[in-house]
Amino acid sequence: MTSAPSAEKPSISLTTLASVFFRVGMASFGGSTAAFLYREVVQTRRWMSEEEFLAALTLSQVMPGANPVNMALYVGSQLRGGVGGFVAAFGLVGPPFVVILILGGLYARYGGSPVVQAVLAGVVAIGVAMVLQLGTQLARNIRRLVPAIIAAAIFLAVGVLNWPMIPVVLVMAPLSVGFELYLISKAGNG
Amino acid sequence: MDSRLLGLILVFAPLSLVSFGGGQAIIADMQVQVVEVQGWMTAQQFADIFALSRAAPGPSTLIAALIGWQVAGFAGALVGTLAIYVPSSIVMYGAIRWWQSRADSPWRSALQRGLAPIAMGLVFAGALSVLQAAQVSMLQLAMTFVALGCLVFTKIGPYPLMIVAALVFGSLQFV
Repeated sequence: MTSAPSAEKPSISLTTLASVFFRVGMASFGGSTAAFLYREVVQTRRWMSEEEFLAALTLSQVMPGANPVNMALYVGSQLRGGVGGFVAAFGLVGPPFVVILILGGLYARYGGSPVVQAVLAGVVAIGVAMVLQLGTQLARNIRRLVPAIIAAAIFLAVGVLNWPMIPVVLVMAPLSVGFELYLISKAGNG
Repeated sequence: MDSRLLGLILVFAPLSLVSFGGGQAIIADMQVQVVEVQGWMTAQQFADIFALSRAAPGPSTLIAALIGWQVAGFAGALVGTLAIYVPSSIVMYGAIRWWQSRADSPWRSALQRGLAPIAMGLVFAGALSVLQAAQVSMLQLAMTFVALGCLVFTKIGPYPLMIVAALVFGSLQFV
């Protein structure tokens, strides 16, 4: 796993990697893993650019597997090779695995506790806020018209019209990538 | 090997490999397998642990741990979790290696730029689908927007907000 993808790869210890993914895993309520990861990996620690993070997110969503786990594999292996990918994925899933078994055991023994449910509902609300904040942050960073239109079309198709994600992405991704290829070739010739 | 553990692997490993788009893509098939085909639990039990896996931290695919627990205790939870994550992770890792091996090609840069707006659209779509979910209460919605205001306009991070939300929602149960 010595193939260094980028020259100025920051050296990050496996312990740091594990502790970041531990925190993200335990905090990611309400489907907010990507939002917590963006905060840690792009904003706070600057381990990767926003563009690379988003490309990895698309890859994680299209490939089979839980999106958070795929993201952990990507970020971990980008920073520390295969071992890093394993450490990140294990850090992300291990602690919530223990938590969900405890919750499941409590549920089986005592039934649903209203207090536990209320507390979980409260933290889920913050998870949703994190996802919305990621959305506003990304929207603010859109600088070009065509990518903005593509993002809006995806949102409309998948979010509003509830079309299945995979076919929508399979149609839109080649268009979007083709547009960028066209720009690159134009810049190369001019 | 214990036949119950083998059963968990035979049910979850194929689902793992076809979970294009993430865990939510296979929940319906998982329910058919777990409830109707294998008879590991009732539809009501499945609905209960599904709700639990959505409310708990971590990926919602950790429902595999709860199903495994129901089938074969702690060993079942462990085997179920590995069976749902390992096969897809091997495929994803292969894709990552391919992706990284092309770090310097112009294709890669176009792919990266072209895929970014796709993810952006999907983030918004995901946020909308969570907000549309029937279980979201008015109180949660209010908490979400107060928290969003704090995150966008102040330096307050998500962790203090989570503690406050947990305390507020928990203590409202005693009023």
